[in-house]
Parts: sequence; structure tokens; C-alpha cells
Amino acid sequence: MKEQASRHTLELLRFYLRLDRIRLGIWLVALTFFTVIVPPAFLGLYESDQERQLMAETMENPAMTAMVGTGALDDYTIGAMTAHQMLLMTAVVAGVMIILLVTRHTRTDEEDGRTELIRALPVGRRAGVQAALLYTIITAVLLALFTGFGLYALQIDTLDFEGSLLYGAALGGTVLVFGGVTAAAAQLADTGRGTIGLSITVLLGAYVFRGVTDVTNETLSWLSPLGWVSKTDAYSSNAWLPILVMIAAALALAVAAGILQERRDLGGGLLPHRAGKANAASYLAHPAALVFRLQRTALITWGVGMFVLGVSYGSVLGDMEAFIEGNEMMAAVLDPTSDLSMTEQYLPMLIVVMSMMAAIPPIIAINRMRGEEQKGRLDPILARPVSRETVFGSYAGYAVLNMLLMLTVVGSGLFAAAAASMDDAFPFTMIWQAVLAYGAATALLLGLSLFLQGFFPRLLPLVWGYLLYSFVVVYLGSLFQFPEWVMNLSPFAHVPDYPVEEMAFLPILLLSGLALLLGGAGWAGFRKRDLEG
Amino acid sequence: MLKTEHITKTFGSFQALQDVSLEVNEGEIFGFIGPNGSGKSTTIRILLGVLQATSGRAEIFGKDVWKDAVEIHKHLAYVPGDVHLWPNLTGGEVIDLFARLRGHKKPVDKDKWLERFDLDPTKKCRTYSKGNRQKVALVSAFTSQADLFILDEPTSGLDPLMERVFQESIRELSREGKSVLLSSHILSEVEKLCDRVAIIREGAIIETGSLEELRHLTRTQLLVEAKQPVTGLEAWAHELEETDGGLRIQVDTEQLDEVVRHLAGFGITKLESAPPTLEDLFMHHYERRGGGAS
Repeated sequence: MKEQASRHTLELLRFYLRLDRIRLGIWLVALTFFTVIVPPAFLGLYESDQERQLMAETMENPAMTAMVGTGALDDYTIGAMTAHQMLLMTAVVAGVMIILLVTRHTRTDEEDGRTELIRALPVGRRAGVQAALLYTIITAVLLALFTGFGLYALQIDTLDFEGSLLYGAALGGTVLVFGGVTAAAAQLADTGRGTIGLSITVLLGAYVFRGVTDVTNETLSWLSPLGWVSKTDAYSSNAWLPILVMIAAALALAVAAGILQERRDLGGGLLPHRAGKANAASYLAHPAALVFRLQRTALITWGVGMFVLGVSYGSVLGDMEAFIEGNEMMAAVLDPTSDLSMTEQYLPMLIVVMSMMAAIPPIIAINRMRGEEQKGRLDPILARPVSRETVFGSYAGYAVLNMLLMLTVVGSGLFAAAAASMDDAFPFTMIWQAVLAYGAATALLLGLSLFLQGFFPRLLPLVWGYLLYSFVVVYLGSLFQFPEWVMNLSPFAHVPDYPVEEMAFLPILLLSGLALLLGGAGWAGFRKRDLEG
Repeated sequence: MLKTEHITKTFGSFQALQDVSLEVNEGEIFGFIGPNGSGKSTTIRILLGVLQATSGRAEIFGKDVWKDAVEIHKHLAYVPGDVHLWPNLTGGEVIDLFARLRGHKKPVDKDKWLERFDLDPTKKCRTYSKGNRQKVALVSAFTSQADLFILDEPTSGLDPLMERVFQESIRELSREGKSVLLSSHILSEVEKLCDRVAIIREGAIIETGSLEELRHLTRTQLLVEAKQPVTGLEAWAHELEETDGGLRIQVDTEQLDEVVRHLAGFGITKLESAPPTLEDLFMHHYERRGGGAS
């Protein structure tokens, strides 16, 4: 009986791995790459023990602990520094990776009806979930080995063999735990989006809970899966107990997913469904209203997320003055001759990163148009007396409003937290202007998205690459001394760093104008091309 | 009402449609039949202005289907064979939305049509079966007061009972003087409903006309029982099959007169004649064009 239910698990696993060989490969290589480039950079920046200890002191404040977790601050070697500043963040990204990958092979397949086809073949009932769990294990082991051996291969004194393996194991363990979380969530929610939403909520919940308990009562952090990551204390005391806890938790979640799956029907979820409305709300009378209605939940979720992001960055500002003064890496980036306070100088760096994050939801909003087209759901709208111009314009307009809202929300979060934690708070209008200025750079990305949607819809994902490129060059640009032209390729590099720089309107107008031009061309292109679907 | 002249459509190097000419007159139910992948949906998507024809002209209400799509769609209702709806809206919300996008305040007689098609409007679209999603599109069409209905295999997910409701509703439309373009591969449905049909195969229209006209092109099936053994039919009969005490033959409809005269001499006790079904017609074209259906 048991064998029957698991039949062909391994074939399915092989199939999943084959489907994902590029996707998974990119994730693993990228995670490994961004892990191993950090210790050499630290090595170059903090040559002496004193410098490292100074850094440790600036890191020793509640805001930083809440953000990156606890660390071995009393003996801040390059290894301890890497584990402290990088491990938790990398673990969060690894968690996001496995959530997306596992959802793809569980609930999304089921939602799209592919699971039904597979189940109609002589394949066991549990084979799908089991294959997804085995896939998680393989991913975890590969990530652990890649990062562990990658770090050891750097041959830096304090990156010893055991610590490197433990560092990798902590990442692998996180993958196991959140693979299990996702497999269980896929039984509860009944859509792929719902599964991702539920799992990400658990991930962020674990992050925030750990942040609070790390500051107030470190023992309580044992209750958060992400707390286990910092508890490994890699490159210092090297505790393996948290890894065992992760494996145990992952096993428990896997069993839970199996049991939950037995209790539900194919295609169904376990979370209750409410009956909907028999009539549409009165505002739902225009394509733009439909665009809003379909993305309402996403808008609220992203809005809350952006506010939290703004607050978490803003809360750091209170301790920033001391932090910057003792931090050579930061000092290298900032201009010491300026008559602005150090905090104000640091502000543009926070704001540019926040603006790039805030660019994600409006770009998603435009991508939704492409999704609707591919799923054949633009046809029924265009079969009514609704022009393509209206549909395209609705998505474009919604994306711009979405962008302005996200920038305002993230700026408000920053302002609120800064006002609460600083003696001499910034005026709201200053932050708001600084944030909105980056709207011009985001607008260029939106214009590019619209252009591609109008002419080359298949190339739309390139915009994500462009955003990632901008993030890398602008965030790390002055640190790694990229040539000027490499920086200038990013629209975010052209926005004035208000309040450090004067507010210059020419680049903003040029960026906005170019965005309008691209968007307008896309609009014209969309009128002319055949729709897919 | 609806007219296409020599439209072609190519996707890259693949020729999806060649020289398709159709005409649907006012108050007419026009059947559009053909096997899967023959170009029915491509033609319809061109008529909707979703695809642009590579060459040729297509007009609805005397207006260009590509340039004046919005104007045309004010008086047009469309039901696709595969209805894609928004998973987190309810059926009722979708019906209301579609009516408003048409510029109406609300769908006309929504409750009546919901009841007629036995559809629960409070369920989210993701929980509907294919048939129920189709009902959403059908209710939306029937509550639209459109003048032209373009239906692309609208009953492919419906049960026989609902199929009957659908057929009655279509007849009502035609009595009200509305026009219908009904694409289908369910031949009995087309036969029951349509005034004229066009048969499309591999992107080309191979026959068009009223059912009566098309039947002339084919054979009538006769079942004959006579006192004496019937002989000498070989000159007319296409297929000759002996049954218990009788003969089943197929003859060209044009030669029916001669055949009956010939049969009269054998002392007929029973004579049944069946008109060719659309299916015969369809298969006939298939075989004639070397379609390799079997």
C-alpha cells in the first residue's frame, strides 16, 4: 500500500530537476557567488584587529541586531564578521528561493491541472509531494556544499573548515525548513499565489520575531526558524545543535504535509472558502477598476511590506551617527567635507535602496498585463467595446499610481521611525522629495516594461535583470570602484542624491521624458500587434 | 451583417488561413464547422480584432473589424470555447463587469438567465468547472442585447440538458432577428440550428451554402424491401449492403428519380429514405479531399 502511494517518486524528482536545471543552477550559483565575494572584501577594508573591533562596536546596537541577528562581537574576526553580517540575510534569500521552487512543483502544478494528468498515470498519490521534498533535500545539500566549500576555498585564516561547513549547513538547513513549510502551505492554500503568500508570511514572521527576541530575550529566539541560523555561531563557537533542530523541524513539516495531503481532495485546500458576492461592486465598471480589483490584495500586502521596510531602515538612523563615525567602509562612501550631518549623508543610500525595492510592485503590475494576455483573459475584455489603448493605459496608469503610493509609503515609514528614534528628526517633505525623485528612475523601468509589452512581450523579464543590475552597481558601486559608465547605465545613478546634492530637475525631467517616450511607443505598438493566448 | 473577403493569416511561415470568405446575413444562424486546428478560432479572433489578418477584408456591421473593433463590439457578444476568467472574482461579478464594459448599467434579465442555465453566481471562478465557466460567458452574452453573437464551440463543456437550453435560447435570438455565427464540431447541433453552414479545413473554406444546397452534393440513403430480388442497381448505388430481406443503398441525390423508377418494377413493400446528415456531408468532403480521416 505504502509502496503504491509512492510509486514513481524518483521519476518525478528527476523530471523536476530536469525542468529546473537552469533555474536552480542560477539560484545556487548566485547565492554562492554573493557569499564568497564578501570575506575578501571585508579583508581588504578591515586590515587590523582594531579596525574590526571598531566595526564590532558600531554593530553593537539594537537596530543592527534586529536587522542582521546576533554575532560574536567580542572577537570580531573576518569569519565572525561574515557570519554576523551575511549569514542571516543569505538564509532569508535561500528561504525565498525554496519557497518559489517548491510552490512551482506542488500547488502551481495542481492549480494548472498538471497534477491531475500525472495522477491519472500509474503514479502514486504521494509521489508529487515526496518528489518535491526530495527536491528540497537535494537543493539544501547542494547549497550547503557549494557555499561551505566555496568559503573554505578562499583560504582566509579565520574561515576554517568546520566553520565553513557549518555556515553552509545553516543555509542548507534553512532550505530544508522552508521547503517543508512550503510543502505544508501548499496543502492549506488552494492556489500557487496563496501558497507563496502563506510561506513568505511565515518567513517574514520568523524574521521579525527573531528580531524582537534577539534584542529582548535571546533564548526566545529558539522559537524562530531563522533564530537557529544565528545560533550556529559559525566561525566562533561552531554550534551544530541548531542544524539538528532544523533537520528535525523539516522532518516534522514533511510529515505534516503528507498528513494534510491525505485529508484533502485534489485541487482543494484546507483553508475555508467564503461565498462571494452575486453582484459586482458598483465601481467595477472600467478596465482600470478591474486592474485595481485584481491586484487589490497585492497592493495592500506590498504597501504593508514597504512601510515595514521604511520603518526598519528609519529605526537604524537613531544609532547611525555613531555607526558611521566608526565605520571606514561607510566613510569611504561618504564625503567628509560636507556640512551636512553624517546621518543626512547616509540618507540617500537608504533611500536609493528603498526606491529600488519600491520599484518591484509597479513592475509586477505591468507584468500582470502580460500574464492576463497569456492566460487568454484579455480576449473577453477586448471582445467588449473596450479598446486596446484603454486596457494598456489602465495598466500603465495603475503602475504609475502604484509606484507613487509605494514611494510615499516607504518614505512615510522611514520618516515615522526616524522621528521616533532621532533627537533631531528630518522634515517629512525632505524625505518625501528625496524618495519621489527616484520615481523618475522607476518610471524609466516602467516605460521600458511598457515598450517591451508593446513590441517584444517575450523580453519583458529583462526589466528584472535591469533592476538587479541597478541594485548591484548603485549599492556596491562606490565600494568596488566601478567605472563611471557602468554606473551611468542605471537610471538610479542619475537621480540627484537629495539632500546631499542639490535637487536637480534636469535629470528627473529627462528620465521622465524618456519613460513617457518608451511607454508611448509601447502603447502604439500594443495597438498593432497580435495578442497571444 | 458579417462579411469576410479572401482573408489570409500567417504565423511566421505557417499559413493558418487562406482565402477565407464568409457572409452572415441578418437574422441568420450560420454554422462554421471544421475539425480541430482547421482555423475556426483563428478566423473568429480576426473577427474580434484580436489578431490582424495578413491580407483580405473583414467587416462587421459594415465596419472594419480591426480598425473599428470598439464600435463593433458595442453590438456584439462573444462566447469562447475555452472560457478563461479571473480566479478570485465570482461569476456574478464577471457578468456585471462585462455588462458595464459594454456600457450598460446592468445585465438585462440576469436572474432569469442565471436560473435558466442553473448557475450559482456567488462562487469564485476558480471553483467553476469548464461547463460552469462557459455558462458565465453564455449568461453574459444572452443578457447583452447584442445584435450579432459569435459563439466559438460554446457548448463543448455543457451537459445535454444545458445544450438543449442553449439551443432553445439560440432559436429565440433568431426569432428576434439577431444573427449568430456558431462555430462547432458538434454536427447534430449545427444541423438542428443553422440556416447555412461553411466547412473549413486546413485554413480554407471548402464548402459553403444552405444545408439543402449542400445535401444536393451528397447521397441519399435508401432502405428497400421488395417482393422480387432487386437487381441492376449497380449503375447508381455507391454502397450496396444486404440486410434481412432488403437492401441498403446510397445514391446520388440528383439521381433519386431514376433509381425510384427502376425500383418500381420489383414490387416494393418498403421504402425508407434518409437525407444525408451533416456528418455524411462532412465525411464526404473529408474523403473527397483525401483528408485521411480514417
